[in-house]
Amino acid sequence: MSHTATLTTSISATNHGAPAVEVSNLRKEFVRRDRRPGRPRKRRVPALVDVSLRIERAECVAILGQNGSGKSTLVRLLSTLLLGDGGTARVFGYDVFSEPRPVRRLINRVSVEASFFKKMSSVENLSYAARFYGIPASETRTRIPMILERVGFPLDRRNESMENLSRGMQQKVALARALLTSPVLLLLDEPTTGLDPRSKLEVQNFIREIRTTHDATILLCTHDLAEAEALADRVGILDRGELLALEPAAKLKERYGASDLEEAFFSATGRSFELEENNDDDWRQ
Amino acid sequence: MPGSAATVRAELIGLGGIIERNAYLVKRYALWEVAFFVWTVANTLTIVFIAEGVEASGGSLDVNRQTTILLIGAVIWAYLGIIFEILTETVAWERWEGTIEYTFMAPLSRSVHLFGMGIFAVVYGVARAGLLFGVIAFFFDLEMPQANFVAALVVLGVSSVSFIGIGMMTAVLPLISPEKGTQLGFIAQGMLLVVSGVYYSVDVLPEPMQWLATISPATYALEGIRDAILEGTGVSDLWSQLWPLVVIGAISIPLGLAVFRRGELYAKQHGKLKRSG
Repeated sequence: MSHTATLTTSISATNHGAPAVEVSNLRKEFVRRDRRPGRPRKRRVPALVDVSLRIERAECVAILGQNGSGKSTLVRLLSTLLLGDGGTARVFGYDVFSEPRPVRRLINRVSVEASFFKKMSSVENLSYAARFYGIPASETRTRIPMILERVGFPLDRRNESMENLSRGMQQKVALARALLTSPVLLLLDEPTTGLDPRSKLEVQNFIREIRTTHDATILLCTHDLAEAEALADRVGILDRGELLALEPAAKLKERYGASDLEEAFFSATGRSFELEENNDDDWRQ
Repeated sequence: MPGSAATVRAELIGLGGIIERNAYLVKRYALWEVAFFVWTVANTLTIVFIAEGVEASGGSLDVNRQTTILLIGAVIWAYLGIIFEILTETVAWERWEGTIEYTFMAPLSRSVHLFGMGIFAVVYGVARAGLLFGVIAFFFDLEMPQANFVAALVVLGVSSVSFIGIGMMTAVLPLISPEKGTQLGFIAQGMLLVVSGVYYSVDVLPEPMQWLATISPATYALEGIRDAILEGTGVSDLWSQLWPLVVIGAISIPLGLAVFRRGELYAKQHGKLKRSG
């Protein structure tokens, strides 16, 4: 099966007419242990509170939120890696909880951690990952170098262990991994966090390219206000598990009478947009 | 290509991907593999020398036969260790590297995923066990004139199905308890072998343990392999060991898949797939 055939299969597997993402009153809670005296030993903390959103095909939507706002939880729920506690989530018409397998064929994800077997090379990591999507060796032999070149990865380092590569290079391999499977929905969870300015720009340019060449739908969760404004058709504000707004950046600024997205974020949440040290999912612990 | 044929093809390619990934890991950690093999050889020697030690301290026994009995027990212990390690530690390892989320969100069925790991574990485990057996037998200059190695391999192959099923159950432990789950897998391995007559006859065990021996696939594997190597028993005469292995295998695989599926749902409900910190 060729690259075009893989892409065609992915697209034809989508339910025609259904939006790329349709989330309705989605809830997720985690049980956390509390060792502080006088408190219940276990408590349920909400990570997502009745989130509803709709993303049309080929649209790019950015979700802004501080660490712990629930961005990663939303991405994990849509990636079939978490089960929800209420509400529904559909990807191209398929229920992510009851029909995970067709959903998995249509999506891929790039997260803030590159997540590879560190001793293995980029080619080895990409090869086995491609097999999980039914892509045979005969195809990856030519496609992997091609995709690595496209993301700006130096091909002469493709057989080096991942642990010898910089964070920026690892993130490019993560993008290549996602692109290799021709996803029609790309979930990007802080893909540029921690990258140097040049690598960040390269990754952002590549995201633009994916949109134009692959006609992919993109959900981008980010801390970076400028990145959200530059890449997305609409920008959402997720705060403490609640989606406060989802509109084009210009409308968002207009709604909150703000001159920039940072000001809009402050008006919407009552707090400044600052980075926190703790992990996205763990702020309520 | 019709839908079902394309799905089967994709699953087979995915199964190949699991084997390919484990082969890359063995290649990349080749020196560690050598180091662990040397450790296994040393560990096996400490067991196998017992027969010579008993004779040297005035005991009377057929040293060649007893050494072979101990060697078979030690090799099966090492083999089972590899099966459990590959099935259990790969999950723990994937979780540690963070790749588990990418594996679990791929459109590969969990049964094919686990079978792929099982197949690799058996192929790698058989090769390693064969090498271990050869090295130790050569070291002691053991004589096995009647040995039927083909029959022994058949028993090992059939018992491996049950071992994979049990390994699937232990593989879920790192998902439920990321910190201690892997160690629990090793406990399961020890429990399985202690009731199965790994270095002794099950007849010496207390009665409740003897009952447990009847439901342990390792009991039949050890008996069958010892009969094949010591007495030269052929496959057709090993039926009394093979049929319980077939029955236990037929139960343990679906049970292993069900247990893993349950553990996976628990991990997804409680957000345990992701490693924190």
